[in-house]
Formats: sequence, C-alpha cells, structure tokens
Amino acid sequence: MASVVRIEELEKTYILESVLVPALKGVTLEVEEGDFVALMGPSGSGKSTLLNLLGCLDRPTYGQYFLADQDIAHLDDDQLSEIRSRYLGFIFQQYNLLPQYTVVENIEIPLLYQGCKITDQTLERCEGLARLVGLGDRFDHRPMQLSGGQQQRVAIARALVNDPAVILADEPTGNLDSHTSDEIMNLLARLNDIGKTIIMVTHENEIASWAKRIIRMRDGLIESDVRNNELHSRSPGTISLPPEMLERLVQPQGFQQAGAN
Amino acid sequence: MTLVSLATPALLVFLFLSIGLWDKGRRGFVLAIRSLWLHRMRAFLSVLGIIIGTAAVIALMAFGEGSMQDALEDIRRMGANNIMVRSIKPTETANTSQRSWVAIYGLTFADFEKIATIPCISRMVPMRIFPQEARRGYRGVNSRVVATIPEFLDIHNLDVKIGRFINGDDDFHLRNVAVLGSKLASRLFSFEDPIGKEIQLGTFYYRVVGILKEHSQGGSIGSEDPNLDVIIPMNTAKVRFGEKIFQRTSGSRSAEKVDISQITLSVTDIDKVRPTGDIIRRILETHTKQDFTVSIPLDRLEEAERAKERYKLLLVLIASISLVVGGIGIMNIMLATVTERTREIGIRRALGAKQRDITLQFLIEAVVQTSLGGLLGIGLGLGMVLALPWITETFLATRLPSKVHFDSISWSLATAVGVGLIFGIYPSRRAALMDPIEALRHV
Ligand SMILES: Nc1ncnc2c1ncn2[C@@H]1O[C@H](COP(=O)(O)OP(=O)(O)OP(=O)(O)O)[C@@H](O)[C@H]1O
Ligand SMILES: [Mg+2]
Repeated sequence: MASVVRIEELEKTYILESVLVPALKGVTLEVEEGDFVALMGPSGSGKSTLLNLLGCLDRPTYGQYFLADQDIAHLDDDQLSEIRSRYLGFIFQQYNLLPQYTVVENIEIPLLYQGCKITDQTLERCEGLARLVGLGDRFDHRPMQLSGGQQQRVAIARALVNDPAVILADEPTGNLDSHTSDEIMNLLARLNDIGKTIIMVTHENEIASWAKRIIRMRDGLIESDVRNNELHSRSPGTISLPPEMLERLVQPQGFQQAGAN
Repeated sequence: MTLVSLATPALLVFLFLSIGLWDKGRRGFVLAIRSLWLHRMRAFLSVLGIIIGTAAVIALMAFGEGSMQDALEDIRRMGANNIMVRSIKPTETANTSQRSWVAIYGLTFADFEKIATIPCISRMVPMRIFPQEARRGYRGVNSRVVATIPEFLDIHNLDVKIGRFINGDDDFHLRNVAVLGSKLASRLFSFEDPIGKEIQLGTFYYRVVGILKEHSQGGSIGSEDPNLDVIIPMNTAKVRFGEKIFQRTSGSRSAEKVDISQITLSVTDIDKVRPTGDIIRRILETHTKQDFTVSIPLDRLEEAERAKERYKLLLVLIASISLVVGGIGIMNIMLATVTERTREIGIRRALGAKQRDITLQFLIEAVVQTSLGGLLGIGLGLGMVLALPWITETFLATRLPSKVHFDSISWSLATAVGVGLIFGIYPSRRAALMDPIEALRHV
C-alpha cells in the first residue's frame, strides 16, 4: 500500500526566551493508507508537537514532510491552509465546535473554507454524516445542547466532511468517560475499517488497543513502533447505516473537484 | 456635490449587492449577524456612540437646513435682482417730533423720478404704506393700506387666490378698487364671497376685486402680518388720501408726512445689483437727514449662504468627533471580541481558513455592526425630525422648520460603513495573524 504520510528527520525546536527547547529531535515515520496509528508516550515527549506538524498547523525547524506525495515542509501560510482544508481532518480533545452554529453547520465549516458553495447536495452530505455518527435527530441543535460524547461525534463528522487523506486526533477521548470513549473509539475503528487513515494521540493503553499500530515516543524521538496484535474487538452497534450508504458518504465521487479554486 | 450625492448611494448599493451576491460575503454577513446576536447587548452598547452621533447629525442637519431654507426662501422671494429703498423715520426727528406738528421725511416723488433715470432698472414699483382701519359694516380690522401699481404683484412674487389684481385701468381711472390680503378677507367676510363687495377705508368705499394667496413677508415693509394688507391703486390713493401720508401717532398730536414709503426695483442683470445700489445711495445723498435705507436681498442671500456653509462645516466637525469616538469604541470592543474568540479563530484556521478569511470575517462583523448602528441612528434622527417640531408646535407654539436632505442620510451611512472598515481593520488583522496552535490552546 502507498504511504499517505512520510516524514524524514523531522525536527522542531521552540525558542523560549532565548532558550532552545528541542521538542522533536529527528523523527522519521511513514504511515500507510488505511492505517490506524496510536501515538503514545509520557507528557512532554513531543506527541502534540508531532501531530501539529503532521496537521500543517506548524512548520518544522528541519526535515521533510510529504503528505499524499506533496512536499509541504516549505509551503506558505495560505498553501498550508489549503492543504488543511483538502487533506486533513482534525478531532480535538475539547471537541472545538463553534457555539454559534448548529450541528449541521458545524459539519459544513471545512467545506466553506474549501470555497464550496453550500448546495442541497452538500447539505445532504452533512446531514448524512450527522446520521452516520448517530446524531440523525439533532441537526439543528447547538453544541451547548449536546453531551460531550455527542459533541465529539459532531467533531468526527466534521473531520470526515472534506474526505481527508488523514484524520488527526489529539486525545479524542481525553474528556470522556470510559463507556463513551468506547463508543467514540468504535466509531473511529469502523471508519478505519472502511479505509480512513487515522493518527491518534493517547495516554491510555485501553484506547491505544483499538489502533493497528502503536508508536511510543520519548524525549522527541520514537522509542518503539509496533503492530498491535491484540486488536480491540469492534462492536457493530454504532454505525447504523447500510454499508453502501456509508461508503458513499465517506468517499463521495468528485467532491474535491467541486471545491476547486 | 451632485456627483458625490449620486455616487455615495450608488457605492453603498454596490457594496451591499456584492456582499449579497458573493457567496462568501453573504455567509460572512449571516455569520456576523449571528455572532452579534449572541452578544446583542454588547453590540448595541458598542455602537451607541455611532447611533447617537448619526442621529445628532441627521437631526441637526435637518433643522439647520430647514431654518436656513426658510430664511433663504424669504430672501429669495424678495428677489435676488431686487433692491428695496425704504423711508425710515430719522432718529433726531423722532425726538423732536413731539414738539413739531408734522414730521416730513422719506423718499419723495422727485427721488423716484431721479432713480428712474438709472438705465439698468427694468421695473420700479413705488408704495405708499400707512395704517388704516378697514371696515365692512360694523366690523373693523386694523389694517394697512398699500397703495401701489400693478407690477407690485410680479416684483414681489405674489399670487392672486381669487379674482384679479389691480390693473393699469384702475390706476388710470382712479377706481376705488381693493385687493385684500387673505387674513384680512377672512376677518372682514366670514360667510360671504368678498369679490364685488365693498369695504370702507377712511371716508370712501372700495370694491374688492381680488384676494391674495397667503404669503410671508414678501418684501413690503413693517413687521405686521402682510396678509392683513389691503392694496389699492397708487393714483386712487393720491386722490383719496392726498399727496402726503399723515400718520397720527396715538396719544400725541404729531403727524408724519411721507411721499413714498418704499420703492422696490428690479435690475436687469444680477451683476448690476450692487452698482445700482451704490448709484441710488449717491442720488439720495442730497437728503440732509438719514431718512432712507437701501437694502439689497442679494447681500443677505450671500450672507445667509455663507452662514449655511459655516454651519455645515461645524456639523461635519461634530460628526467627525463623534464618529472617531464611536469608532474607537468599536475598535475597543472588537479587540475584546477577538481575544474572547481566540479559540474560534484557531478552530477555523485548523479547518482550513486562510488569514484573509479570518480578516474578512471580523471586518464584515465590524462593518455590519457600524452599518446597523448607522441605520438605527438615521432612524432615531428622522424620528427626532418628525417628533420635535410637533412637540415645539404643541407645547411651545413655535414653528421648527426642518428639511431632511437625502445627502445627509447617504453620507451618514457611508461614514458608518467607513468607520467600521477603518476601525475594524486593526482588530481583524490581529485576529488573522494569530498563531493557529496558540489560538487553539487558548482557553
Ligand atoms: N509553544 C511552545 N513553546 C515552547 N515550548 C513548547 C511549545 N509547545 C511545546 N513545547 C515544548 O515541547 C515539548 C513537547 O511538548 P508536547 O506538547 O508536544 O508534549 P506532549 O507529548 O503532547 O505532552 P502531553 O502528553 O502532556 O500533551 C515540551 O517540552 C514542551 O514544553
Ligand atoms: Mg499533548
């Protein structure tokens, strides 16, 4: 399989009041399409830093980064924004929904910044995604009116709407109880099953056990990188749509072309 | 000025149309409305400065324009090409008049003939004006006789409401005819048609041939209501009341003798108005007493127009101060909003927003806010323009003329938009230049 993410000797050094803080000290990594990676490691080991770099929110001090075979280590701010809106989906620990918007409107946001026109087709797609994550009856609710788990589902739907090459999740279950965490992880695992590439940061072994590959970091370097041979069993309950519909929603044809500049 | 007054609304329409039609603009607009609605009280308070400033400017402009217009209209009715020469009672004579039997002063028929020789005068209308009770049966009204010639009507821009004005035949045949001011007519004739009826002035009866339309001080002298005048032919007056006018002052036995109370004359060319005025002054230099005035409406017109310009300048000054203050208020709130919404900015950036998307979002929000403020201010201002004259008329019995200028509305709106743009740019840029990671981490 082709690799979606390839980084070579990636370094990131922060400058804090003229003191150099090396957060990443040369990380080389390749992630294949359809993989599900859990990034683990102690606090301060550079997991979030790495994820931010992968998410094109930051630029490396040194090294190379290829995302879907595009060299993006040297792009400018606008180009990075473009990459984020087309190739990346984000899931945050704090859900990060916009309070002014309804569920469906929150899911729409990445499309707005792709320059898409909001049409019946896009609306249908957003509603389909809301249904997919189990919020079929809450299209017009505001984030305030939803539980944490429900908010995170909206965030997942939002991360899917632009059909990203990679979904990046920084401790997606960090604020949730274990039962809800399982539901969210099950959702992510199902998405992975139908071909979505996911890179997820987590502290908990229990959560990491859902991933196919576990990378441990320490002091800005990769300590170990192993295949997970005790994969957590998926329960089929959460995704209630028929598989064909699911596939159509997650990988629609010609969607990216629709938002051409 | 006309170009500007056309261009401003056109520009505004263009701006709103482009926001409306352009997809991103429309969404930005909707988002701005929502974000503002989320904090409506704050949004309202932050544009209060702009609301009050705009309202004040609209109202002051309307009232200023109204009273100025009134004054200008008055002057214009007197005619920009006209010159008024009036007899006035000289001050020394006023002191001595108690002793002397008859005070003789003012313009004479000889003066009239002399002035008539000035070549660029197109019309000359002499008037003899004196108080005289007008009677109809047992009713008497303290009125004023204006003895004059038919051109009086034209030169003072007056109109006849019913009937006709005095004509040359009346004057030539010394007919006893009279044209009444509208108020005098209604006081003398409550329930009958005055035309053809007779009224008594002094010892003679005069047939009413016409009634004038109601008018304000149309150039005839005196502070009394001109609608109480009765107009009779000049030559008839000479015969019926004598060559001189005797004005008996009540309580004393003194009388005054005036040939002509006023001469209104039209000059062919507006450029020749002032030189003609100078010539008339020189002709009348032979008078030993200062018993006449030469007044030129054109002078007052220009003076009034200069005053109007000064008033406008002052308003612009007030407006700019209040708008700058309002704009700083907006900027202050926008900066607070941007800080408060740091995380939102981070989220949007992570989801693919470019810096210019963020700039646009906050800029549209600022402009929408100030434009709505401007609109509210315009509404408030117009409300004041409608309400205040009513209040002064009902409770203070004073007329407060007002005239809303379309220009002032479009200018206010344009400035409101401008204030939003200018004072919104800095906060918006600040929002756009935030580091996405820092912004996301913000609590
Ligand atoms: N903006 C920054 N400025 C300076 N130093 C930073 C910055 N961000 C991170 N660091 C430093 O880089 C190192 C790695 O931080 P990072 O956030 O990647 O750790 P982490 O593995 O995500 O930890 P945690 O599990 O607690 O989230 C830390 O030593 C941190 O102090
Ligand atoms: Mg972290």
